[in-house]
Amino acid sequence: MKATTAIIEAENIKRIYKRGAEEIAAIDGLSLTVNRGDFTAFVGPSGSGKTTLLNLLGCLDNPSAGKLVVNGRTVHENGRGLSESQLTRIRRELFGYIFQKFYLIPTLTVLENVLVPFTFFRKEGAGQDVRQLLKKLGLEGRMNHLPAELSGGEMQRVAIARALVNRPEVLLADEPTGNLDSERSLEIGQVLKKLNEEEGLTVLLVTHNIELARTARVIIGLKDGKISQAR
Amino acid sequence: MKVKNSQKISLFHIAWKNLARKKTRSLLTVVGIALATWVLISLFGFNSGYKNSLDRDIDNLGFQMLVVAKGCPYEAATLMLKGGTGLKYMNEDVVRLIVREPEVESVTPMLMQVVFDPNKGQSGGLTAFLGVDPASFPRLKPGLSFKQGGWFTDPAALEVVMGYEAAELEQREVGDLYLIPEKNIELKVVGVLGRSGTQDDGTIFLPLQTLQKIFGQEGQLTSVGIKVSKEANLAEFEEKMFKLPDVQVVSLTQVKTTIMTLVSTARILVFSIALIAILISIMGVINTVLMSVMERQKEIGILKAMGALAGDVFRLVWLETSLLCLMGGVLGAALALGTSRLTEYLIRKLLPFAPSGGLISIGATLILTAIGAVVLLGLLSGIYPAFRAARMRPLEAIRSEEE
Ligand SMILES: Nc1ncnc2c1ncn2[C@@H]1O[C@H](COP(=O)(O)OP(=O)(O)OP(=O)(O)O)[C@@H](O)[C@H]1O
Ligand SMILES: [Mg+2]
Repeated sequence: MKATTAIIEAENIKRIYKRGAEEIAAIDGLSLTVNRGDFTAFVGPSGSGKTTLLNLLGCLDNPSAGKLVVNGRTVHENGRGLSESQLTRIRRELFGYIFQKFYLIPTLTVLENVLVPFTFFRKEGAGQDVRQLLKKLGLEGRMNHLPAELSGGEMQRVAIARALVNRPEVLLADEPTGNLDSERSLEIGQVLKKLNEEEGLTVLLVTHNIELARTARVIIGLKDGKISQAR
Repeated sequence: MKVKNSQKISLFHIAWKNLARKKTRSLLTVVGIALATWVLISLFGFNSGYKNSLDRDIDNLGFQMLVVAKGCPYEAATLMLKGGTGLKYMNEDVVRLIVREPEVESVTPMLMQVVFDPNKGQSGGLTAFLGVDPASFPRLKPGLSFKQGGWFTDPAALEVVMGYEAAELEQREVGDLYLIPEKNIELKVVGVLGRSGTQDDGTIFLPLQTLQKIFGQEGQLTSVGIKVSKEANLAEFEEKMFKLPDVQVVSLTQVKTTIMTLVSTARILVFSIALIAILISIMGVINTVLMSVMERQKEIGILKAMGALAGDVFRLVWLETSLLCLMGGVLGAALALGTSRLTEYLIRKLLPFAPSGGLISIGATLILTAIGAVVLLGLLSGIYPAFRAARMRPLEAIRSEEE
């Protein structure tokens, strides 16, 4: 595991939203390097730009300014970025995403939900260990259940399995425990930690839950679209 | 359950499960399309069935053209179809003039007499007698079948052949005697025809010469049936017939055209209704799919985040639309097949003149074409919702509604 190679490099990036005549800099000149194998939590008050930052780093959104390099490829430089389909190709090679809501397809079983990404894209060598992956996430007895038959924590673990089935290098998690009680939240934290430590998966986590943030190795505080503290 | 390397779920499976989410809504949409397809197939089936039956009826008539005396009311056309009054006569010589024409394959002279029979029914009724030529008439009407007996033994025999209903009404069988009302001549029943569903059923046939003699109409005819050879130009031949003195020509192809025009006017109306039904059901499809796309914005966002390209999402939504239409089309076709008898019954009640054969013919080609057309329409109507879904950007889709 080469812990020190950079996978995401952001240099003075900005994301400006226009609301009528008003311009809001949700991310305001932020520089950051994510290395392979990192487990970083982003914390900060509501509106500080956590979600915006995660979306930029995960190529779900384009910066308004600055330079963003992902896996050695320049995704954005000085207001010029890649097209949506080029971004899709980067996303499906590198990233897995989970969100506060799980967005599982209610009429598909757990196993089918996890296999959905393969309908669109299968990374070379991916898919041999789906069963093992489900087992690791404590879902081996749930494979043929429908989402409605699962608890919230289980649903989020299914979403994690779906995010990981194509073996991404980076998992981006935006408030993954926002819908769960504190006990389940910490359980998800442990799952992420284990994936990071045992598989070398790079994890970027956004959360309000400071206890959950502590499972990360690095915590970065955001305020007004800038990094306010890091440890 | 073993998870194999090749394990993958198909786009079809995902599309199908998406439709299964809102079962009632999907079902209603399918039923809408099914009804439209049903109407469409029934109508087209009626169109070809009616035409075939009419053709068959006219073929059974045995001749495409009827020459009648001038001044004979135009209903002379229905003289053969219904039996009428106000008869006018022409001389037998006309047959020789007609036969001269090269287009003529065969002719048969006929004399019709209509007699009021006071003993018929409660207050009396009309009985139609048709004098026919025993040599040519049976050849021109090969479709006539006998329930009992056969044709006359001699061109001047005192014999009758009775139509199916006429025999039933008079309660006669072969070997019985028959008396023409008010003419004191005994005739022998030598044949009873099978049911044909045409005016022949109610007619009593006599040898032409016999009928002429009984009614004192020697050398007179009311009509001449003409069978024209297949290669002949009917329009040209009709022209020639019009030039004959003191006669008029009724072409049964014309009668057929008149009937078909009447029917097709009604058909245009019903086709417009079918078209409207289809447009409405297509709007239903667009609405259903668009709604389900809007409801699934975030999911579509996730699919895109997971690596689905715009084309993948487009195909998924398009497939859902086509599935709805395919199911509707198949259901509609089944409905059309299942209810064709009922439809036939209803149409028969509505039409002024219905041929005797089947009115609706639904073949495999019609069914496949109709289903194909509905699916094609589905593909067209799926374009917009699929485009809307494909265009969604993952982030916006995930974010939507959150505010
Ligand atoms: N699509 C948008 N259009 C306009 N403004 C936006 C949009 N998305 C975010 N913003 C604004 O950008 C700022 C940062 O928002 P962001 O969602 O990144 O905050 P956050 O730190 O994730 O907050 P929270 O903890 O509430 O999720 C906020 O002021 C927000 O109102
Ligand atoms: Mg947020």
